[in-house]
This record gives sequence, C-alpha cells and structure tokens, in this order.
Amino acid sequence: MVQLTLPKNSRITTGKTWPKPEGAINVRKFQIYRWNPEDGKNPQLDTYFVDMDSCGPMVLDALIKIKNEIDPTLTFRRSCREGICGSCAMNIDGINTLACIYGMDEIKGDVKVYPLPHMPVVKDLIPDLTHFYAQHASIMPWLETKTNRPVKEWKQSIEDRKKLDGLYECVMCASCSTSCPSYWWNGDRYLGPAALLHAYRWIIDSRDEATGERLDELEDPFKLYRCHTIMNCAKTCPKGLNPAKAIAEIKKMMIDRGV
Amino acid sequence: MADVNRGNRPLSPHIMIYRPQMTSMSSIMVRLTGIGVFAVAILVVWWLLAASTSESAFAGIDGFLRSWFGDLILTAATWGLWYHTLGRLRHVIWDFGYCLDIETAEKLGLGMFVGATVLTLITVLVV
Repeated sequence: MVQLTLPKNSRITTGKTWPKPEGAINVRKFQIYRWNPEDGKNPQLDTYFVDMDSCGPMVLDALIKIKNEIDPTLTFRRSCREGICGSCAMNIDGINTLACIYGMDEIKGDVKVYPLPHMPVVKDLIPDLTHFYAQHASIMPWLETKTNRPVKEWKQSIEDRKKLDGLYECVMCASCSTSCPSYWWNGDRYLGPAALLHAYRWIIDSRDEATGERLDELEDPFKLYRCHTIMNCAKTCPKGLNPAKAIAEIKKMMIDRGV
Repeated sequence: MADVNRGNRPLSPHIMIYRPQMTSMSSIMVRLTGIGVFAVAILVVWWLLAASTSESAFAGIDGFLRSWFGDLILTAATWGLWYHTLGRLRHVIWDFGYCLDIETAEKLGLGMFVGATVLTLITVLVV
C-alpha cells in the first residue's frame, strides 16, 4: 500500500557532526544515514567532512576514507570497486547507483547517502535483500530444457545470442527494484524490475524450453502487471540496462500468445 | 533466510529522499489527472441532473460553474483531460514496445505537459 511517511521506528533524526579534517583546504560535506541495531535509537543522519585533495574520485572512495580515518563504525557493503559485483548499491544524491562507479564530480553540493529505499535496514547503509533474492529465485534463473541432452553443448546462433545483450549484464544490485514506486508499495507481491528483467532473459533464450511455464507463472495481477512504466528502473540502472523495456516485452508476449 | 524483519529493523526512506524524475512525475500526473477529471465529471453529471430536476436546482449549480471559480475548475479539468488523454496515448505506444528508451520517454513526458497546455489554450479560445 502507498505510504508517504515512515513508520515511527524509522523516522530519521539529526545525528552527530564529526570534526573537520585538520589543515584540509578542499573539504566536502557528506550526510550519511546511520542506524545501529544495538543502541535502540532511531536512524540518524551523520555529517562528515572529507578532504577531497587526498580522496579518490568515486563516492565509495570517500566512504572508505571516512571508515579508515574518521569513523570505523560506518558500515556498508563493497567488494569489487569496479561495478561488477553490485554490492555497494545505495541511494546517492537522490538516485540509486553503485558507489564505486559514481563520481563525486557528478554531484552538486553536499553528498547525501542513504541505503536502498524502502527496505528493512540491517545496519547503516546495508539493506536486507532476502526477499529480493527470493523473488529472483522464484523466476527460475536457469536454463530449463526438456529434450534430450545434446552430446556436446546447447548451441545458439549468433542472432539468438544477441537477444541476451542488455539483459545478461545485470549484476543484481537491486538499484532498479528499490527505485520503483510500485515495488515500494507492493514489493511483497510485485516481482520488481530486476527479477522481471531476469525472467525475460530466460524467456527469450533460444535454448530454453519452458517459455510457456515461465509466462504462466508471471500471468498475475501483481507479479508482472504492477509495472506501470514509471521507468525509474531504467533511469537509475548503473549498468545502463532497461528493465522497463524487458517488462514491456513480456507483456507483449502475454498478448501474442493469447490471440 | 526468513528473518526479514528481525530485531525491529527500520524501513529505509523512500519517496521523501528519491529525486523526482521526468518519467516518474509525468507518470504520477496521469494518475492524478485521472482522479481529478473523475471528480469534475461528477460536477457535470450534477449539472445535468439539476437541469432535469427543477429550475432553482439548475440555477444553483449553473451559477457555480459559470462563476470565476467554476471557470477555474473547468479550465483545470480541460488541462487534466488533455494531459490524461496524451498520457494514455503514451501508454498505447509503450504497449506496442516503442519509445521505451529513457531519452524518448523523457521527451514524451515533457511533450505531454507542453501538449496539454497548448491544447487547453486552443480549447479555451475555441469554446
């Protein structure tokens, strides 16, 4: 259901302002969402100042610098630092993206960092993605075949392989799903752009032989049809993919097989 | 698994921190104009019903709709109706699988605001 305010335990309070680095000339202000599961307090917005002359160009560089030099309790996920693992997805400057490939030169004014929107928070910038992953698992993200196994491999023409471009690159960072208002209000039953993009990736795979069953699974007022083409997903995808287009293609296939 | 809200986890902020996008704003406006036009349609039905009820009933609602405030509501509703029509047209185009790239979708969104305004001006001038 639509809810325009946060529950009582989730309202954000003003947090701590950490001291400015000494002797720094080029200082940038960061406002970062903090929540500690152990102190019983509401989430708060802490203020940090980072010396940009000794900091890398990406938002993740600044977060790591804060953790190393100012506040070691700041908690976030990160791994590959090159946009391929999808761990450091968060809301930066009002949009969802990967902190490791989002340059601070793209942000005007103070840098505001929140966890991915409308998710249960585990700690600070770490959302609980259990439900998101379960939804991905529910679309059968694997090759389903019925014919006998070929001697060597399941072959695919170059043309058919091209149909997977723009789909297989998804790193499951959850930026798109957590940018989607439909997913905010109905995420318990609507699969969201990420899971649906993956669903389409297997539906149009020429080697897959469960297209009918896959479409049957999605023929549901919530799972698929809560997409109203708001397109926050495509706008925010840090890999430049277009889940809205993939979902529209699934809807088209639903109509095509009906007539 | 299955510990989705263990320990009274807070919900991260959403609509209050997410930057408005041309695509999302043009989309929610289709919904809002739909609701608005429906409300004004009730006024128009009231006007018709009053016309078939009695002279005094008709004079009341007719006077209201012809006042400056009534004019304002009907002009806004005209804009809403045009916007909603253009928005639904965009959905038809999308449902055929066209114009789903961000650049085109944003242009269409802007086009809906501009188009509805131009069409409203024409409607007001002609009627």
